[in-house]
Amino acid sequence: MKGSFLGKALLPLYTILALVFLLIPIVYTMVFSFNDSYKTNISWQGFTLRNWTNVCDAQGLCAAFGNSILIGVVSTLIATAIGTALAIALVRYKFRGRSVVSLLIFIPMATPEVVLGAGLAAQFFALGTAKGLVTVILAHTLFCLSFVVVTVKARVASLDASIEEAGRDLYASPAQVFWRITFPLLLPGIAAAALLSFALSFDDFIITYFNSGSMQTFPTFIYISAVRGVPAEANVIASAVFLIAIIGVTVTQIVSGARKRRLKSHA
Amino acid sequence: MAFAAFADTSTKKVTEPHKKSRVVILLLLPGIAYLVLFFLAPLVSLILTSFMAPNPDSMDMGSFIYAFEWQNYVNVLSENWVFYVRSFAFALTATILALLISYPIAYFIGVYARPWPAIQAFALILVIAPFFISFLLRTLAWKQILGDDGPVVGVLKSLAILPADGHLTGTAFSVIFGLTYNFIPFMVLPIYTSLERLDIRLIEAGRDLYASPATTFRRITLPLSMPGVVAGTLLTFIPASGDFVNASQQFLGGPSSQMVGNQISSNFLKILDYPAAAVLSVVLMAVIMIIVTVYVRRTGTEDLV
Repeated sequence: MKGSFLGKALLPLYTILALVFLLIPIVYTMVFSFNDSYKTNISWQGFTLRNWTNVCDAQGLCAAFGNSILIGVVSTLIATAIGTALAIALVRYKFRGRSVVSLLIFIPMATPEVVLGAGLAAQFFALGTAKGLVTVILAHTLFCLSFVVVTVKARVASLDASIEEAGRDLYASPAQVFWRITFPLLLPGIAAAALLSFALSFDDFIITYFNSGSMQTFPTFIYISAVRGVPAEANVIASAVFLIAIIGVTVTQIVSGARKRRLKSHA
Repeated sequence: MAFAAFADTSTKKVTEPHKKSRVVILLLLPGIAYLVLFFLAPLVSLILTSFMAPNPDSMDMGSFIYAFEWQNYVNVLSENWVFYVRSFAFALTATILALLISYPIAYFIGVYARPWPAIQAFALILVIAPFFISFLLRTLAWKQILGDDGPVVGVLKSLAILPADGHLTGTAFSVIFGLTYNFIPFMVLPIYTSLERLDIRLIEAGRDLYASPATTFRRITLPLSMPGVVAGTLLTFIPASGDFVNASQQFLGGPSSQMVGNQISSNFLKILDYPAAAVLSVVLMAVIMIIVTVYVRRTGTEDLV
């Protein structure tokens, strides 16, 4: 801490510079959402609000954005449901082959996306499945699943199992114990897992690119239009999504910080 | 196990071993079925595809039949080994750079700023901010900033650091730059998580025993943050070695900086040479599994599971 070899002022100064470096492309993307450009959005042509007021003017952009939202929501719902069940089983139950199941959940996270994408595409090709919305949803559910399990598992492990036992002692049925005790206590973990899963799905490019066929998502739209120049309207969507997410995170931080302080002052 | 670094490490004892095996099966079945159908089966598909032979009855592109053409491996690898060397060299360089850049950030947030929780929270939000804006657009932003008409090239040329006909984009430099930039948050977060739990009294004890700051760091701080360093380097190295966006020619790469991911995607989606793409993927996965296993054994973090 203080007096450490990194010095008192050097480390904060470095961190500020590093964080500014991290933010440069974000600021760039937001500034160029106001560029008065025609088709390509490379050099600054002057300020306009037109891109913000007519976002859907860029052909195919809003459809791609809609697909991304739909894929994100559906794969998040499936992955969260299946993943939560896996997490509960792994933490709360002893069964043979538990380490094999853990391994099966972790290997997809250690596999490069290009291999996951090519593998799924090879399988859909072998089965003669047409690529499109469904294949992308199936692919996204796969990589979200492992992240859901890891996130929810941490929450299940921190739960006090004696609360559930108390419920059972009071003659609650297993279903009642789950829906009245376990589920509400797990909810913050499940919500975090769902948000992470949506974020992963929404920004995924590599696996989507291999399995989307002619259907476009927001990232594949950007990748494909990068050959000729990405329209400024794409910057508008990205900036809007960024602002919503960052406001959400900041509010959550402030609220949870205030709650922690309240709890401390009561203790 | 090799994948331990990703695992949640809490080995809280399993409370109350239930007898209700039907419940366990019900909980496990959907997830395991999903992983078997959409993870294991595709890997098998990929291996089968890698041994496919051209269809003798068809002149169509992308028409192959099941066979045991092990020669595919010899042919594809002898043509493509350079892409593996380049991918792993780029990924390794980016991982080391990201580690050097990220460690001080993580130390600042996790240790230095502890007396000021508001600063910690604000800095953490800024670290994860890049996650909320399209990774492709961020990479394209760097392409414009580092491009021939951008501010960086102009300054470097006027300082004669870059020759008059020099470029930054389309080179190995810009691909490694992009990879490093994109994975910094993945490096900061796990290191921060380890450092946040670090007991400061240990550092103070080191100082009290007349250890130099460098010795304190090397003998106390660094070893205690190793789980975070291992997780961060894996979260960077694995995706970086399979990435093809940064090296793509529409983004930061050029003809001489293509990575193995670019070869896989062009063989699979453009040339429709599925067996070649499958060989490249199977070998990439195998090499990564070996590297990861050796790395985790060496760093002594395999007991994390």
